Amino acid sequence: MERIISVLVENKVGVLARVAGLFSARGYNIESLSVAPTLDPTTSMITIVTQGDDRVIEQIIKQLNKVIEVLKVVDLTETNYLDRETALIKIHTRPEHRDEAIRIADIFRAKIVDSSPTTYTVEVTGDVDKVEALINLLKPLGIKELVRTGRVAIAREAAKASVRREPQAAKA
Amino acid sequence: MKKTGAEILVESLKHEGVNVVFGIPGGVVLKIFDVLHQQKDVEVVLTRHEQGAAHMAEGYAKATGKPGVALVTSGPGMTNIVTGLADAFMDSVPLVALTGQVSTSLIGNDAFQEADNVGISRPCTKHNVLVKDVNDLAHTIKEAFYIATTGRPGPVLVDIPKDVSTNKAEFKYPERVHLRGYNPTYEGNKYQIKQAAEAILTAKRPVIYVGGGVLFSDASDEVLELAELTQTPVTMTLMGLGSFPGTHPLSMGMLGMHGGYWTNMAMHQADLLIAVGARFDDRVTGRLADFSPGAQVIHIDIDPTSIKKNVDAHIPIVGDVKTVLRQLNALLRSMNGNQSDLKEERRPWWGQIEEWKRAHPLRYQQDEKVTKPQYVIDKLFQITDHEGIIATDVGQHQMWAAQYFKGSRPRTFLTSGGLGTMGFGFPAALGAQKAYPDRLVVCITSEGSFQMNLQELATAVVYKLPVKIVLINNHFHGMVRQWQDLFYEGRYASSYLGKIPDFVKLAEAYGMLGLRALKPAEVEPVLRQGLEHDGPVLMDFHVDPFENCYPMIPAGGAHHEMVLEDPPDLRKTEKGTKKKVEEGEGVLPA
Repeated sequence: MERIISVLVENKVGVLARVAGLFSARGYNIESLSVAPTLDPTTSMITIVTQGDDRVIEQIIKQLNKVIEVLKVVDLTETNYLDRETALIKIHTRPEHRDEAIRIADIFRAKIVDSSPTTYTVEVTGDVDKVEALINLLKPLGIKELVRTGRVAIAREAAKASVRREPQAAKA
Repeated sequence: MKKTGAEILVESLKHEGVNVVFGIPGGVVLKIFDVLHQQKDVEVVLTRHEQGAAHMAEGYAKATGKPGVALVTSGPGMTNIVTGLADAFMDSVPLVALTGQVSTSLIGNDAFQEADNVGISRPCTKHNVLVKDVNDLAHTIKEAFYIATTGRPGPVLVDIPKDVSTNKAEFKYPERVHLRGYNPTYEGNKYQIKQAAEAILTAKRPVIYVGGGVLFSDASDEVLELAELTQTPVTMTLMGLGSFPGTHPLSMGMLGMHGGYWTNMAMHQADLLIAVGARFDDRVTGRLADFSPGAQVIHIDIDPTSIKKNVDAHIPIVGDVKTVLRQLNALLRSMNGNQSDLKEERRPWWGQIEEWKRAHPLRYQQDEKVTKPQYVIDKLFQITDHEGIIATDVGQHQMWAAQYFKGSRPRTFLTSGGLGTMGFGFPAALGAQKAYPDRLVVCITSEGSFQMNLQELATAVVYKLPVKIVLINNHFHGMVRQWQDLFYEGRYASSYLGKIPDFVKLAEAYGMLGLRALKPAEVEPVLRQGLEHDGPVLMDFHVDPFENCYPMIPAGGAHHEMVLEDPPDLRKTEKGTKKKVEEGEGVLPA
């Protein structure tokens, strides 16, 4: 089962390596990862998308909590959350396809952010289904290059009361 | 007045109460050794290999409960302590490793003797830090000692570039540590403790199962109180030996792969397990699907990751073992009006365990010709009356030592449990002896393990550390040969070591006493002479090369599936090997 875990950490050298190492050392894969400083520049938020059953996830969360520089771990999957990712998609556009490309982008509220005689670069933001649907529609036109940010996620405000998954999750 | 980084480091060590560091100098740590050389509060023990330094620091820490400190140079100096770090990480040993690093301007340039110390040690340390500015050194050292010794203890590595040890800064040792991401839980949840108390009082066949956490939390008295208060038998993991008196009527000794028959049967039949500072290691549980099938599990541990990792806990309690047991014992005292009733209620359970014990006690057959390894260890413990500090290596001798050890003092059985590091025992014994120069320290080892760190004989002699080495010499990697007997039809692939070297001459070459016992009759005189000798001594006991260690739960087996003796169809030798062993041939020629 897919899980989205957000991990608040000290914004320091080596912290990402330690967090990533917890996954690789146990043979768990990280499916997507995004890291950036928060409002407080001394901390960063890491959003990790991974797969695992309850036992695996419980162990991952406990292990994350154990890292000295980890300040807080929230399993967003346990609650009501919003998630978004951004993709930049560079497509081949033969003259007869240029209108079609713009129409598809419009439907998805995506933007053409760069243009050349033979390409468009489309920027889209949304949940995974939306981004993948757009990619699938653009494929027949010919995708030259594709980059995705990995997901960021945030709990919906009404649901926040129950976000802490592990009340006893102390460090050791 | 400003101080150099090296001076700040040494002053910080003094503030932490460190009086000995184990290590070897090298290019980038010369400044630190130079400062150490010019003061008297912190002694340097120069080892012969960095791995020796790491295990000595571990032995020191395991014997005292205080953090051990190793100081080594960059590159190979650091990579040589990785085994020690991994060992300390598995066994929760408080260790502070100080490693040299090339100057900050050279980091990442493949400089001479450069290694990514922080990267290499990340998966085998509790925490590690590269200090890039001398102004950060003092508080980093403070934090390192704090992290190593609190919560679930473990190794912390501080990487110090050469220019950080020579640059200057104002020195002020911080009084307090503030780490916003690190707050170990000490008190147990009251509701959970109440649940636990009720489960304990209603259980019919309870077992207390204690691990190394009891030793690090200094909770032996609390375990004893819990056991007596509730009349519950106690079993110890390899790491937990010494935490409960081995001679106490409620002691069942060690459990697990080579645990007693009665102990493992009790685990299998129990209806309640009270796990205290233990982590349900696979060598303890055997096949998980059939582990204590009828038991409710109370699991008390300071490390939340240990709980529900392997075995589901019905009543998990995160907290410091000593604190939680005090809470639990207080509650039990108030709930349990009549102790003698409980004793009466649990008599059938104890009777059953006694019956198992009578049916299959630990045993060996000693004749007049060939010394049995168990006989040497048994005799040693008889002569020393289980006093003194025992450090073991890894393998058959370790399991026999664990089976026959009945010591009653915490921190007197030092061994490598989780990582199973051959070569641990002798340097660990030296570290313990350094901490307690006047106590008897015995290293029980074998020719296979001992040769992995025998260079430290020099350290023993130079620093006058009178460790008594009891070397169980069976000319084999004994545990490997046992598995080859049982699971590989007796094909001894790369397990025969031969009668090389001559350990008595080896001891003499280092300027220490070497003794040898070839026959059973010589065992006791050699032990007595060695133990009475006023200095380090190496006793070489030639034993039956084909003796196997039982009981044994075969890999993948459950507690009730123990093998109690050699199966009748066991092929004892591969063709020719036995002859070579008997003829005293050195190593097998190709």
